Amino acid sequence: MKPAQFDYHAPTSVDEALALLQRYAGDAKILAGGQSLVPLLNFRLSRPAALVDLNRIPALAYIKEEGGQVRLGAMTRQRTIEFSPVVKERLPLLGEATRWVGHLPIRTRGTIGGSIAHADPSAEYPAVLTALAGEVVARGPKGERVIAAKDLFQTYLTTSLGADEILVEVRIPAMPAGAGYALEEFARRHGDFAIVGIAAMIVRQGPRCTVARLATAGAGPVPLRLRAAEEILERDGLGEAAIEAAARRAAELVSPDGDIHASADYRRHLTGVLTKRAITRALGVARG
Amino acid sequence: MTEKTWIGKPVKRVEDARLLTGRGAYIDDHPPVANLFHAAIVRSPHAHARILGYDVAGARALAGVAGVITGEDVARHTRPFAVGVTAPVHYYCAATDKARFVGEPVAVVVATSRYVAEDAADLVRVHYEPLPAVVDPERALEPGAPVLHEAVGSNLANHRRLVYGDPDRAFAEADVVIRERFRFPKYGSTPIETYGIVARWDALDGVCTVWSNFMGPFIMHPLTARVLGLPENRLRFIVPPDIGGSFGIKSLIYPYIALVALASKLTGVAVKWIEDRREHLLASSTGTDRIAYRELAAKKDGTILGMRFRWLDNVGGYIRSPEPGCSFRPTGNFVGPYRFQHLEVDASTVMTNKCLTGPNRGYACGHLYFETEGMVDRLAATLGLDPAEVRRRNLIPASAMPYRSPTGGLYDSGDYPTAFEKALDLAKYAGLRREQAKARAAGRYFGIGLALAVDPSVSNMGYVATALDPQFRAKPEYLPKSGAVDSATVKVDPLGRVIAILGTTPQGQGHQTVVSQIVADELGLIPEDVTVVDEMDTFTRVWSISSGTYSSRFGSVGTSAVALAARKLKAKLVEYAAHLMDIPAAELEFRDGAVRRKTGKGPSYTVKDLAGRAHWNTDSLPEGMEPGLQATAVFGFTVARAVDAEDRVNSSNTYGFIAEVMAVEVDPETAAITIVKYVTVHDAGTIINPMIAEGQIYGGALHGLGGALYEELQYDEDGQCLTGTFMDYLVPTASEAPTIDIAHVESPSPLTPLGSKGLGESSSMTVPAVIANAVSDALAPLGIRITELPMTPSRLHALIKKARAT
Amino acid sequence: MAELVTVRLTVNGVAREGRCEPRKLLVDFLREDLQLTGTHVGCEHGICGACTILLNGQAARSCIMLAVQADGAELVTVEGLMQNGKLHPLQEAFREHHALQCGFCTPGMLLTALDLLRTNPAPTEAEIREGLSAVLCRCTGYQGIVNAVRAAARTPGGPAGA
Repeated sequence: MKPAQFDYHAPTSVDEALALLQRYAGDAKILAGGQSLVPLLNFRLSRPAALVDLNRIPALAYIKEEGGQVRLGAMTRQRTIEFSPVVKERLPLLGEATRWVGHLPIRTRGTIGGSIAHADPSAEYPAVLTALAGEVVARGPKGERVIAAKDLFQTYLTTSLGADEILVEVRIPAMPAGAGYALEEFARRHGDFAIVGIAAMIVRQGPRCTVARLATAGAGPVPLRLRAAEEILERDGLGEAAIEAAARRAAELVSPDGDIHASADYRRHLTGVLTKRAITRALGVARG
Repeated sequence: MTEKTWIGKPVKRVEDARLLTGRGAYIDDHPPVANLFHAAIVRSPHAHARILGYDVAGARALAGVAGVITGEDVARHTRPFAVGVTAPVHYYCAATDKARFVGEPVAVVVATSRYVAEDAADLVRVHYEPLPAVVDPERALEPGAPVLHEAVGSNLANHRRLVYGDPDRAFAEADVVIRERFRFPKYGSTPIETYGIVARWDALDGVCTVWSNFMGPFIMHPLTARVLGLPENRLRFIVPPDIGGSFGIKSLIYPYIALVALASKLTGVAVKWIEDRREHLLASSTGTDRIAYRELAAKKDGTILGMRFRWLDNVGGYIRSPEPGCSFRPTGNFVGPYRFQHLEVDASTVMTNKCLTGPNRGYACGHLYFETEGMVDRLAATLGLDPAEVRRRNLIPASAMPYRSPTGGLYDSGDYPTAFEKALDLAKYAGLRREQAKARAAGRYFGIGLALAVDPSVSNMGYVATALDPQFRAKPEYLPKSGAVDSATVKVDPLGRVIAILGTTPQGQGHQTVVSQIVADELGLIPEDVTVVDEMDTFTRVWSISSGTYSSRFGSVGTSAVALAARKLKAKLVEYAAHLMDIPAAELEFRDGAVRRKTGKGPSYTVKDLAGRAHWNTDSLPEGMEPGLQATAVFGFTVARAVDAEDRVNSSNTYGFIAEVMAVEVDPETAAITIVKYVTVHDAGTIINPMIAEGQIYGGALHGLGGALYEELQYDEDGQCLTGTFMDYLVPTASEAPTIDIAHVESPSPLTPLGSKGLGESSSMTVPAVIANAVSDALAPLGIRITELPMTPSRLHALIKKARAT
Repeated sequence: MAELVTVRLTVNGVAREGRCEPRKLLVDFLREDLQLTGTHVGCEHGICGACTILLNGQAARSCIMLAVQADGAELVTVEGLMQNGKLHPLQEAFREHHALQCGFCTPGMLLTALDLLRTNPAPTEAEIREGLSAVLCRCTGYQGIVNAVRAAARTPGGPAGA
């Protein structure tokens, strides 16, 4: 299990990196944290002509608040996010999700941009990005474009990013003060990708739910925003019956696949169970 | 009598200092010879395919490549391995005519580095004619199923029907008969260190030296020598001091030893091969998956009269020695701890297009007790009895020890009822039942499982022949097999310090520590005075056909050899001191590290005194005494006999006992299982180092839990392995590991000098049973009984959903 | 053969240098080029954790990182834990609590536990288990390791002084 040969480049700017991608015309792979890519290289399941390593571009690692959004440079490590005061304050759902990402040594290297661009539908960050209606900034030869979460994920491990584009920034609207949140996840072992996960945010005013955000991990080829379930809460409030109804609706909305770890039926069932648990726990921390 | 100053103490391990500081010496750490080349193995992507030809020109042309070996070379230069059955299965160290499982070696590339070797392996073209595959053992026996070995004519590698007592009468006289079908999964202990081999075939002196993390040599050394066409004294196996875990799996490295040795022979360079994780999961070794049909006959009061076992054991693409041990290794303890006398065992060994099998911690005892203990619980439920009470009514009493089981086992010692009650007390069994009643009333799924097991240690090689028909065994050309032997040498240097030399190959069991405790006690020293050398080298160690570190040997036979060697040496010291003191040896004794008069009066000679004199002044030795202060002992069990004409065999030499209680709760929504309480009580005779013993129990339990809940080598219908990575093959982590309440009962073995028995496999054989029983009990209100492992949440959910729907 | 790259880094406080192909994995570079064989290879896909080292103070897998990426980095491997001929308190705790059997996962366990205790000096048992779930052990059932890490966390002066 050793990688096949490749050219290796470690540009120090995004422009330089983009030029390298142009040069290899689709045969180069972008190396971010490497926690998914390097295993694929070791298995020789990925055999790019070149690697363009973004780890020497310091300008891509930051967390800042701007225009009501938290903006995270693509190369921001998961470990940094885990301990970031800005994330804790403004995006606590992302903070909670981070503790579910792989294991501690994986988070040392893993990046938010890498995780999202890799687009594993069982991963936590794509679910959070989807739930909170975030967006990513891609830079390519023709300049920058902003892609909404719903337009980014296309199917398993596939995004709408072009081969000549680099995901440079992740933008997530700051959560309203007092919003409740939870990431409920069920995996066979600690630290595994989710069999199913649910990211939830609830903004409440007394018994009323003014904003509900629900998205899945592991319940289909892409993270799915459970809008119809959210609407039940926003319409019917946060009573037990409404939560039950939202959970039932969530299970109907997904079309998961079965694999060696779980059947499609079980995933659908878990979607309902975890939706209910996520909403309930989110309510527990919601203020307002 | 030896005073026990060190035996029984949790002495800290000698091994730890080097292992904690990165100075261990594992096979991949230190090149034993210069100018090593590296091998990469080309493996079949097909589960079943005829090999039409090879194109190796591209690989050979790559810079840095020393050679490419294909199945043609294997067929030309080696013989097939002998197999443990009479069916004509030709098992070579790599595929020669057909590939019979995904990952089977088909060619080897040797190059200057592993990176280059893998580059070249990618360039090897093998032309295949894919054939239909079969992976299910029942399907494999159906007419029209693809046949793996044309010479065998079917996929049945072996079949035996063993009858003990009069099972037909037992079933005819029974008040109740219980029947069930079980399925046990294919899993392996996946040591974190994979296989590793360095081979150097010296063309000039004709010696092939193989360094590897093999846990042998046992029977595999002569087998491999024959395959390579070498006399045994030209094949040298060396095992480095440290092995990164094995659990039985590394006993199956030997085909690779032959393959890498051949690569060295044909390329003329020293060759290193380190298995990678993908190779390990595809093509090292696992336990068998089994389909079992069980029948149990009992009286109304719960007395078990007899049982019938019908097994289909799936050994994968070839039956590889020591299989079909999966069926016969536990022969002596087939009846477990129960008194019933009538048993029929119908054992079929089936070949399918899966990875090959072999011993995996608890060698087939996990299967055995999963089925038996499940049956006992079904009996209890049928009769409306408490499962603890049914067990009480069937246990072999302490007064019956030593006990000859109907299948030929000689249970050397034990008090099963006492150990069982201790486990029930420790678990507060009655309290757990009350808790269960409350939980059930609240609609929760709370269950309690029990499992009992006779824990066999030190296999008697004789069991292997149980696979053969008695008529075949009666032929004059058939050579009976038996034995369980180990050796040790103890020598005293001129300053009175001791070196003990073992023929074992420890994989983490702390042999150096344990031996230093034993020798210190025997010679009145402290463990620090004893240096223990445990690197196997077949050219320099005293070893025998059953030597090695497998089948929980060390705690029983290995420690016995050490104690005997020390005692032999002690006798010599007494004799020498008698000569120096001019007193009859009979008036002297060895006590507190010195030879003294039994009366306690007069001078004494310490080991140090005697060592100095004996080494520096051989003139001081009595006439006829061999110079030097060393003793070698070879300990062999006299109860290890060949299988008899009625298929009875004492398949192990010492037999411990395990009693377990587990309470679980099943989440009604997610079907996740939480272990609430887990108690295990062990009787392994005298415990030499309780800290190490406890470590074995913790580790064994987690292996059992892995198979029960997480681990399974899965294949699709075409024989493609779906679990070729550690992302898919789920090894339990610290978050999944339960805490365990451990207690011991000590019934010393009358057969070993120290009274000790093996403990290495321990709870790996009971956890599948105890947790399956606990989950069955939890889900009993739904009418669910677990018949298949692993109990994944997805599978449990399906059972629960189905039960609720009906 | 691809062009070789020079890798300069500090390992256990000592400046080291080597030349290798860019595809060379960091763990292979440590073991083969720098002869630091204490770091072990168990899966080469980032799951088992046997190869875990400290990279600029943080636990990281050396089997899914290229050697060339560590150019300029400060590494600690298991060989660097002992100070002045004395075992590190965490190593002592491992010995005291029988936290190892075959020892193959131990280097990864030690370095992972160090990072865990650095960021969470007083972890609960569940947090210890969660942190250690990054490394697979097949021998111990983890109990000894959990006990050792808990004990080390309570050691005066703490274990995080590595």
